[in-house]
Amino acid sequence: MLSSLTRLQRYYLYYTAIFLLFVVVLAALEQAGMPARWVGYAFLVFTVSMYATIGVFSRTTDVSEYYVAGRRVPAFFNGMATGADWMSAASFMGLAGTLYLQGFQGLAYVIGWTGGFVLVALLLAPYLRRFGQYTIPDFLSARYGGNTIRLIAVFAAILASFVYVVAQIYGVGVITSRFVSLQFEVGVFVGLAGILVCSFLGGMRAVTWTQVAQYLILIVAYITPVAILSYNVTGVPVPQMVYGQVLSEVSKLEEKLFDSPTELEVRDRYRERADQYAQKIMQLPHSLTQERERLSIQINELKSSDVQMREIVLLERQRRELPQDPAQARERWEKEMYEALARSKPPLRHAEPFPGDSEAERNAQRINFLALIFCLTIGTAALPHVLMRYYTTPTVAQARQSVFWSLLFIIILYVTAPAYAVFAKFEVLSNLAGIPIAKLPGWVAAWAKVGLVSIEDINGDGIMQFAELSLNPDVIVLATPEIAGMPYVVSGLVAAGALAAALSTADGLLLTITSALSHDVYYRVFRPQSSTQFRLVIAKSLLLVVAVLAATVAAQKPGTILSMVAWAFSIAGSAFFPALVLGIFWARATRAGAITGMLVGLSLTVYYILRLEFGGYSWLGFSDGPLNPWFHLQSTSAGVFGILAGFVTNIAVSLMTRPSPQAAEFLERIRRPGGREESP
Amino acid sequence: MSAPSSYWRKTSRLTAWLLLIWVVLTFGVTWFARELNEYSFFGFPFGFYFAAQGILLCYLGIIVHYSRRMRDLDAEHASEIDPE
Repeated sequence: MLSSLTRLQRYYLYYTAIFLLFVVVLAALEQAGMPARWVGYAFLVFTVSMYATIGVFSRTTDVSEYYVAGRRVPAFFNGMATGADWMSAASFMGLAGTLYLQGFQGLAYVIGWTGGFVLVALLLAPYLRRFGQYTIPDFLSARYGGNTIRLIAVFAAILASFVYVVAQIYGVGVITSRFVSLQFEVGVFVGLAGILVCSFLGGMRAVTWTQVAQYLILIVAYITPVAILSYNVTGVPVPQMVYGQVLSEVSKLEEKLFDSPTELEVRDRYRERADQYAQKIMQLPHSLTQERERLSIQINELKSSDVQMREIVLLERQRRELPQDPAQARERWEKEMYEALARSKPPLRHAEPFPGDSEAERNAQRINFLALIFCLTIGTAALPHVLMRYYTTPTVAQARQSVFWSLLFIIILYVTAPAYAVFAKFEVLSNLAGIPIAKLPGWVAAWAKVGLVSIEDINGDGIMQFAELSLNPDVIVLATPEIAGMPYVVSGLVAAGALAAALSTADGLLLTITSALSHDVYYRVFRPQSSTQFRLVIAKSLLLVVAVLAATVAAQKPGTILSMVAWAFSIAGSAFFPALVLGIFWARATRAGAITGMLVGLSLTVYYILRLEFGGYSWLGFSDGPLNPWFHLQSTSAGVFGILAGFVTNIAVSLMTRPSPQAAEFLERIRRPGGREESP
Repeated sequence: MSAPSSYWRKTSRLTAWLLLIWVVLTFGVTWFARELNEYSFFGFPFGFYFAAQGILLCYLGIIVHYSRRMRDLDAEHASEIDPE
C-alpha cells in the first residue's frame, strides 16, 4: 500500500509518524515526572526545528521557485498548504470561542470562510492559473493595462495583509508567553525567527512545504482534545457526529436554568448597575467630584477610627484610580455601563438563529448575519495570499482540483469548531452553573489568574450563576484539555497547533507583501532591466525588513490591531473582487472602470469602518463619537457597501469609456480550454 | 471581438448555474434557519445542522461537480488547444 503513494506523500507520512511518536514519548516522560514547563519547551523546539529543516532544504535562487514554487505543487499538497495558509491563529483559537459566545450567530464565520472557496473555484483559480504570472497585481495590470492599477492593487494588498501579519505575530507572542512562559516580547521575536526560517531562504517553495507540515500538526492538535472530551461525555470519539445530542442537552439545561429565580436576580443586579452608571454619566462633571468627595470622607472616617491600614489603602487606591477628567470618566463609565447592560439581558440560546424580542430585532440580526457572510465570502475570495497559492499548481485542471482539497482540509477544522463550543457550553451549564464558587474546578481558577476567565459574585450568595461568569473567546480551545482532565502534554500539543496556525498564515502574508513590493513595485515599475539574481536579493532583503517591522509593531501590543483583522476581509473584497471578476467575465470592463471601481470601493469601505469605529476626528468630517450605522450593519460587514459600490462604479465607468484594445486578446488567452500539459 | 467559442459558452453556463445554486444555499436557505430549526436531524435542529455542516458539504459538492465537468469539457475540446 505504501508503494502506491507518491514520494512526497511517503515523506509526509513519515513526518506525521515521527511527530506522533514524539508526542507519545513526551507523554511517557511526563508520566515519569518531567515538569510541564519542559514539555512546552520540547514542543516549541521540536516543531520549529522541523520547519527550519524543511525551510533550509527548500532554499532556492530561482525566481520562479521563489515566487510560485516552480509551479510544481500537486493539487493535494497545494490544498493542504492553502488550508494552513488560510487558517490563522484566529481560526484556531478564536472561532470556537466566538461560537460559544454567539451560538448560531457565530456560524456566519463558518459559512463565510468556507463559501468563499466556491467563488475561488468557479470564478478565479482556473483563470489565475491559466494566466500564470506571479502576483494579483500582475493579473490586473495585464488585463487592464498600465502601472496605475498595479500600484493601487499593491497598496490594497499591503493594507489588507500587513495588519493581518502583525496579528499573527502577536498571536505567537501570546501563545509562547502562556505555554512556555517566555516574556511576551521575547515570544514575538521567537515567532519572527520561526517565520524567517520558513520563508527567507526558499520563498514560496519553502513556505509551501512547511505549510503542509504545519497543517498536519495543527489539525492533529485541534481534533485530539475535543475527541477525548467527546469520548468522556458521550462514549463516541467523533465529536462532529455526536454533538447534536449534546446540543439538545444544552438546550434543555438552558430552558431550566436561564429563568431560574437566582439567574433573574443576578440579571436584575446588573441592570441596576447599568442604571447607576447611566445616572452618573448624566450628572457629569458633578458626579465625578461627588464620587471623589465620598471616597475622601470615607477615608477620613476610617483614619479616625481604629480599622486596619489595609482597608484604607484599598480605598485610597480606588480614589487614585478614579478618572482624571469628565471626558475620561464618560468613556470609562460608558464601557462599564454597556458591559453591565449586556449581562443584564437574557443569555442567547445556543441553537437559536437570529434571536431577538421583536420581529424587527430578529430581522436586523438576520440581515447582519447574511451581510457578514457576504463580506467574509467575498473577502475570502479576494485575499491575495490565498489567491497566490493557485499560481503554484502544475496545470489548470490541478488548480481546480486543488480548491477542492483546500476546502476539504479547511472544513475538517470548521466542522469541529462548533463541537468545541457546544461541549464547552455543556460543561459550563452542567458542571459550573449553580456550584459554590469555592468548589469550582481547578481549571477555572488557573485561567482566571491569567485573566481569561472572570467570575463576579454580584448577588453575594457564594454560588456561581451563569450570568456571573465571563469567558474570553480564546479560552475555549486552550482550556479544553484541562476541562477533560488530560495531561499537560495535550495542552502542549494545542499550543504547538496554534503556533503552526499562526506561523503558516504569517508566512503566506509576508510573502504576499514582499512579492508586491519586490516584484510589482521594484521590478515591474522601477527597474524592469534588473537581473534575476538582483531581483531575488531585493526580495529577500525586503522580506527581512517587512518581517522585522511587523514584529516590532506586534511587540507594542497594539490592542486595536486584533479587531482590525476582521476588516482585512472587507478591504480586500472591495478592492479586488469586482475588478478581478469583471475583468474575467465581462469583456467590456475598461481600465478607467477598474481603477475608479477599486478606488471607490476601497475608500467607501475604509470610510465606513472609520465612521463606526472612531469618533472625534473632526478633520475627517467626524464629530462627536461614532456615527450611526447604515441599515444596522456592524463595521465587520463594512465591505457590503464597498463591494457593491465597486461593482456599480466599475460597470458605469466602463460603459462610459472606450473598451481597452488588449482586453480581447487577454481574454482569448485565459478563456481557452486547458489541456493536460501546459507550459507555465 | 470574435464570437465566443462553444467552450467558453459552456463554461460560463456551467459557472452561472453553480453560482445560482451557491447563492440559493448561502443566502436563501440560511434566511429560513429559524423555520428549519423546527425539524430535527440526527439530534440536531436542522437549521443549525445545515449552517454548521450541511452547507459545507454542499459547497464541496459544487466544487467537485465543477471540477469534473470542466475536465470533461477540456477533453472534448482538446483539439482546440494550441501548443504554446
